[in-house]
Amino acid sequence: MKLELHRLFVKALKFGDKTGFADGTLTVNKKELLDLISEDPLLGKNLDVDLAIPGDKTRVMPVKDVIEPRWKIEGKGQVFPGMLSDVETVGEGKTLVLTGAAVLTAGKLVRFQEGIIDMSGPGADYTPYSKTFNVVLVLEPSDPNMDKHDYEKACRMAGLKAAGYLAKACADVKADKVESYEFANLRDAMGAMPNLPKVGYLYMLQTQGLLHDTYLYGVDVKKILPTLLSPLEVMDGAITSGNCVSACDKNNTYSHQNNPVIADMLKRHGKDFNFVTCIVTNENVTLADKRRSSTYATKLAAMLGLDGVVITEEGFGNPDADLIMNCWKCERQGIKTALLTDEYAGQDGASQSLADSCPEGDACVTAGNANEVIVLPPMDKVIGYAEEANVIAGGWNGSLAKDGSITVELQAITGATSELGYTKLGAYTI
Amino acid sequence: MSFRVVHYINQFYANIGGEEKADYQPEIRDGVVGPGMALKGALGSEAEVVATVICGDSYFASNMEKASADIIEMIKKYKPDAFVAGPAFNAGRYGTACGAMCDAVSKQLGIPVVSGMYPENPGVEMYKKSAYIVQTKDNAVDMRKAVPAMAKLVLKLLRGEKLGTPAEEGYIERGVRKNKFYDKLAAERCVEMFVSKLKGEPFETEYKMPTFDRVAPQPAVKDMKNAVIALVTSGGICPKGNPDHIEASSASKYGEYDISGVMDLTSEGYCTAHGGYDATYADQDADRVLPVDVLRDMEKEGVIKKLHNKFYATVGNGTAVANAKRFGAEIVDKLVADGVTAVILTST
Repeated sequence: MKLELHRLFVKALKFGDKTGFADGTLTVNKKELLDLISEDPLLGKNLDVDLAIPGDKTRVMPVKDVIEPRWKIEGKGQVFPGMLSDVETVGEGKTLVLTGAAVLTAGKLVRFQEGIIDMSGPGADYTPYSKTFNVVLVLEPSDPNMDKHDYEKACRMAGLKAAGYLAKACADVKADKVESYEFANLRDAMGAMPNLPKVGYLYMLQTQGLLHDTYLYGVDVKKILPTLLSPLEVMDGAITSGNCVSACDKNNTYSHQNNPVIADMLKRHGKDFNFVTCIVTNENVTLADKRRSSTYATKLAAMLGLDGVVITEEGFGNPDADLIMNCWKCERQGIKTALLTDEYAGQDGASQSLADSCPEGDACVTAGNANEVIVLPPMDKVIGYAEEANVIAGGWNGSLAKDGSITVELQAITGATSELGYTKLGAYTI
Repeated sequence: MSFRVVHYINQFYANIGGEEKADYQPEIRDGVVGPGMALKGALGSEAEVVATVICGDSYFASNMEKASADIIEMIKKYKPDAFVAGPAFNAGRYGTACGAMCDAVSKQLGIPVVSGMYPENPGVEMYKKSAYIVQTKDNAVDMRKAVPAMAKLVLKLLRGEKLGTPAEEGYIERGVRKNKFYDKLAAERCVEMFVSKLKGEPFETEYKMPTFDRVAPQPAVKDMKNAVIALVTSGGICPKGNPDHIEASSASKYGEYDISGVMDLTSEGYCTAHGGYDATYADQDADRVLPVDVLRDMEKEGVIKKLHNKFYATVGNGTAVANAKRFGAEIVDKLVADGVTAVILTST
């Protein structure tokens, strides 16, 4: 399996007559994009497209998903299979990437579980998406009483459509940089690098219902048994997010497309270990599901004779139980683990950080304490609805002050404690 | 201008007496007393010991709330910038008093607090989260090392300097988590740690897995016919509109709601405040999380004596264990006072 990422580096973003890319500038025809997302009868009449530029005194909230614009220019299938395109296997050929750009889905709240992105100020330090040139979709449901699942889906699809549309419009431009990735099939992988340990990536996906769901080739992941996936498929959008509650540690689509654990494991492949496969698993709510999925996922790792796996969690609390089961079930079969999680240690940092634990979890990296409080100063412009700060996860009644400043826990900031490890935040004990 | 420090010591170090004087009531004196002299020397010109509180260990232990409140009032008048207690070495009651005072001063006056104790002093386990407790040996021979270490730490705190790790600064790990930005992405740190573990090389976890206090479930209720049953939930069920503004995550409070005469939780009357699960179905019918309807049936059928007329609800999502413990203790007191004999706890 071979995939080339053809990167165009976006260094400026503006509205203009024709959507396209030239000399580092991504131009967006606002009307064309609005027409595209307005096709969905589930979305209302007052939709808008806005731009959020790094360094601007702009706040976007409540943010549902972040998506990187990509489009396949050669090879089977198309990006976001099973969602935007057919269900053909992806991960081969050539994919155009608008590096440095992102689509944000924002607008009317689905259900107080969405996030904040500040483009400057102290909040900007905590979110990776203050550094991207963002095309913001401001959405609303066509019927205020619409079933929330339907509205969530409409928002999610609008984001994917917009991301595909933007990259497709740039498909003819010659890439600034081409990166090439290869990934061996299992027969070759098993025979290769006899002196290096065989390792995998146990990729946990949040699957607990509305605003907690993740999709694999369009399939709701709560309905799958754990399965194998090539990291190259992930780069083409095989995994998409419907998931933003508490926004700090939910893996938006962008962070799947750019999964930094996969990136680092590919970099070390052939040097420190032989990276054989990703194993995708879910985080369902019932105990039977947790036990089944953790047993099945770790069985796959054992069947492949893996020496170790990196395990990333998505979310906190209830999924801590899934993380811990995956950990000890691997370790007790002789498969070494390193865990990536975040913490809910209370606003004062004095409470226990996880809801479950096991002695086998002796190698644990955390993306920080999501309960830590931050004051976000007023911004010149808010795209979306600032008053939702009082109800979103991480906020409280009174979070939004009269002057427009917002006092919230980091958990309200999109991607702040990413458990794919997409930020440099961490925590230590005093 | 130098910083103002108030020092706390017991009757023994104030040269008032030993065990026979341990019921000595709190007093405050201007300037230094006993080990305060060494503290004054170690603080140098940057900070001054403006007053010393003296209290008998037994008196403090038997009158903790009053003693602590009285001492706070005494201290306030001196407008201190920091509070130092001890060192208490391995003296259990003295250590507990130092810890309790540090805790009270920190919470009520919001100034830096420092103590010094031997790691096995019971005051450490009880109050290490509230104060920086410099690690000392188990007896007063260590005074000449302990006091300068405490002074150094309090000066750093007064200057607002960034502290190093507990080992670097010489204080006992408080178990408090602080965020910081590392040089590398969390993903890179994790894969790096993974490689070290694979190779059998040393590595340092970023989070030591805690040992939980597991609570064994109570035995089953034998006499259901005479049981008064209450419903308590972390699933966020509350009257529609969430009148108490219970937070969607990281709850700081719980609600108490009267359900006298309520036979069924309908979508017109009830919803969930919880932000951590797909709440659609709880909003449609809150009985799914808090089964009032079923318990009313059982009440009618005589399976149980009574459903308690109040339920208690909070949001478990991301809520600190310390808050959850407090909610639990308060709710239990109310339930016991109301004659409830059994509780059904529901989550989400």
